[in-house]
Amino acid sequence: MGRFVARRLLQMIPVFLGTTFLIFMMVRILPGDPVAAMWGDKAPDPAQLAAFTHKLGLDLPWYEQYFDYMGKLFTGNFGETMAGRQVIDVISEALPVTIRLALMAFAIEIVFGVGIGLLAGLRRGKFADKSTLVFTLILISIPVPVLGYLFQTFFADQLKWVTPTVQDSMNLGQLLLPAVVLGSLSLAYVARLSRTSIVENIRADYIRTATAKGLPRRKIIGTHLLRNSMIPVVTFLGTDLGALMGGAIVTEGIFNVKGVGNALFRAIGQKEGATVVGFVVVLVIVYLVASLIVDLLYAVLDPRIRYA
Amino acid sequence: MRGASQAKWVVAAVAVALAATACGSGSSSSEGGAANAAGTFSYQSTEPQNPLQPANAMEVGGGRIIKTLFKGLVDYDPANGQLRNQVADKIETTDAQNYTVTLKSGWTFHDGTPVTAASFVDAWNWAANTKNNQINSDWFSDIAGYDAVHPEKGDPATDKMSGLKVVDDTHFTIALTGPVSYFQYKLGYTAFSPLPKAFFTDPAAYGQKPVGNGPYKFVSWEHNQAITVASFDKYAGTDKPKNGGIVFKNYSQAEAAYKDLVSDNLDVLDQVDPADLASYKNDLGDRAVDQAQGAIQNISFAMYQDGWKGVDKAKVRQGLSMAIDRDTITKTVLNGSRQAADSWVAPGAMGYKAGTCGEFCKYDPAKAKQLVTDGGGVPNNKVTITYNADGGHKEWVDAVCNSIRQATGVECVGDAKPDFKTARDVIKKKQVPSMMRTGWVQDYPLNANFLRDVYGTGAAANDAGYSSADFDKFAAEADKATSVEKTAELYQQAEAQLAKDMPAIPLWYYKTTAGFSKKVQNVKYDSFGDPVFTQVEVKK
Repeated sequence: MGRFVARRLLQMIPVFLGTTFLIFMMVRILPGDPVAAMWGDKAPDPAQLAAFTHKLGLDLPWYEQYFDYMGKLFTGNFGETMAGRQVIDVISEALPVTIRLALMAFAIEIVFGVGIGLLAGLRRGKFADKSTLVFTLILISIPVPVLGYLFQTFFADQLKWVTPTVQDSMNLGQLLLPAVVLGSLSLAYVARLSRTSIVENIRADYIRTATAKGLPRRKIIGTHLLRNSMIPVVTFLGTDLGALMGGAIVTEGIFNVKGVGNALFRAIGQKEGATVVGFVVVLVIVYLVASLIVDLLYAVLDPRIRYA
Repeated sequence: MRGASQAKWVVAAVAVALAATACGSGSSSSEGGAANAAGTFSYQSTEPQNPLQPANAMEVGGGRIIKTLFKGLVDYDPANGQLRNQVADKIETTDAQNYTVTLKSGWTFHDGTPVTAASFVDAWNWAANTKNNQINSDWFSDIAGYDAVHPEKGDPATDKMSGLKVVDDTHFTIALTGPVSYFQYKLGYTAFSPLPKAFFTDPAAYGQKPVGNGPYKFVSWEHNQAITVASFDKYAGTDKPKNGGIVFKNYSQAEAAYKDLVSDNLDVLDQVDPADLASYKNDLGDRAVDQAQGAIQNISFAMYQDGWKGVDKAKVRQGLSMAIDRDTITKTVLNGSRQAADSWVAPGAMGYKAGTCGEFCKYDPAKAKQLVTDGGGVPNNKVTITYNADGGHKEWVDAVCNSIRQATGVECVGDAKPDFKTARDVIKKKQVPSMMRTGWVQDYPLNANFLRDVYGTGAAANDAGYSSADFDKFAAEADKATSVEKTAELYQQAEAQLAKDMPAIPLWYYKTTAGFSKKVQNVKYDSFGDPVFTQVEVKK
């Protein structure tokens, strides 16, 4: 177990270096000069443009810029935005908002997704199962922006339960609607996955044995059926948490949530390399840790799995 | 070049500036209830791109905030675009090259220190210096000694422009490199704001917490969320705020801001998003705003191509202009977000004269065809319009081409370049085969800005390569005039020459399409598309 974790942690280093390098290069090859873009459609003053480019170090060859950036990164310095703010400040403003939003969406996914999946799986072929199929199909087929605008129009404009956009991005109550929108697609996947898994396992030998030896139904479902059926669901949830943390650009835009998606969108638009790479560094770590936790959870869920 | 390209940036560039001009259709609430002088309101904004320093805000996010925090020597009356003195008591000149500025006494910065001649001179010297990386540093290029602080290459030799001299606390002199009769008009731009002594000790920290001399003082900046300003009770200017303060609320999407406005969670809108343009007047009723801005969209001719050379070809160009059904295109294709143009200067700029384009900007297919034939037609009977495909121009370019094709029988196709930069490269290198999309957003609301800087021989934004001895003669005379009124009048004569030569077809003016909530009243917009913040009244 310990060795497994250690090995996985070591594997993270090349993955981390590779992704940051790729993103660093991708931001650089975006067309257009980020410094000239600060002038918008007006022609930049050549002398000022040159001075600004020099100040930002963008006149250096790419490898020097990269090593310079990585060197600072390892000392905990995420660099500065073009406006002269510390990137770490920008990240620490956006991340708490996204953590709240992502965890809420995540909780909605788990509770409702697994709940609906369990219900459908236990009543295979019955009305509950069929209606789950229809419901999840609808959710999967509606694009997120459509769902967002739909909810916004219905709950805010028609019913007036909430304000159309989030007024305070740290307020959990106000984040509920965007979280529902954000979680709905994955909710449908989770429901489908757990339903399939449960239908498969309910006919497995160990369930029949458990039933035959007279275990109470609640115990059969809780400890045997559900636990064994969760492996594919956990795999999905693990990567999904990473995706949620990466920020939902569309959902955050519709509801004006000031999270990671919003900040990343702005940074990409302004071709602000330091900010984009800074966020990606944090997100890569989140992804890697999430997938490590998923792997460790396998062993918890299925005692047959052991990590040497 | 200052051509308008993408709608987003047009708005941004427009917002760059200051206050100005005619509020013909300016909206005022019909109810007119009692106002709460201490009430605050919110405004749709974006995160400033740069620290809040007066010469460092070109885009809308920072520009509008700077405008509320600072006040320069002069500004523009939002009602009519006229120049009015603010910190300046008077600005005197006899030759349009050497100016003596007298300041009013009694102006203070928000930190209590007085506004003196040195506040201006030091601020301008600092902003013009290349080392300080101010986006608007080239605004000072008229001043003598600019080369020394802003050399084309290398580090500046000095940090003072020789053209600026402090006489005493309330007097300073400005020497320009040559006569610029409308230099006073330029002084209305926020880049020419004064700075307090505290600024120079730590400009970067100051940029996060600016101290100005304007109608509002800085309160807080929650990055990516909101910037709050409060009215400054010792403000010495003529435009005292009628409200208690403003919250500049960040929106990443215009749709979200619009939704908030309709539900009264936002008070004043910047621009209605394209998706809601069709319905916003219905939604907002008399709270909807729809008025012309100081920006124009043109189609310019590549005058350097053989096809457009020769006296007769002016008739062909006039004919093509008459072949465009501006009214229908602005109403349908552009959803009423533009106003058909009848001159080369946008309304609201001082010196704007309606109808200088005359019959040539009126749709008349029969006359259009006649003129094109009289002028000898166009080579291969085909014209193209070069434009950038990333700015939402395709629809109207196609519509204009259809209009030309149907009216004159001349084949017309759009020549799309993938992005703004590619299109600009072709235009800059004078490689446009036939016609091109051009535009202009005013730097200051004076007709000279729309004419001299776009059609003068060799002007930086003269994309058409137009050169007329008559136009240049009028422009040169106008520049030597000693009063702005005289300048504007002489430029009208220069504009008349454009109707004769038609180097560019005026299409339409940009419009401010915005609105405000039920909580505020007396919301007016100036020709830069900015709300007149100080006049907004919050209802009790």
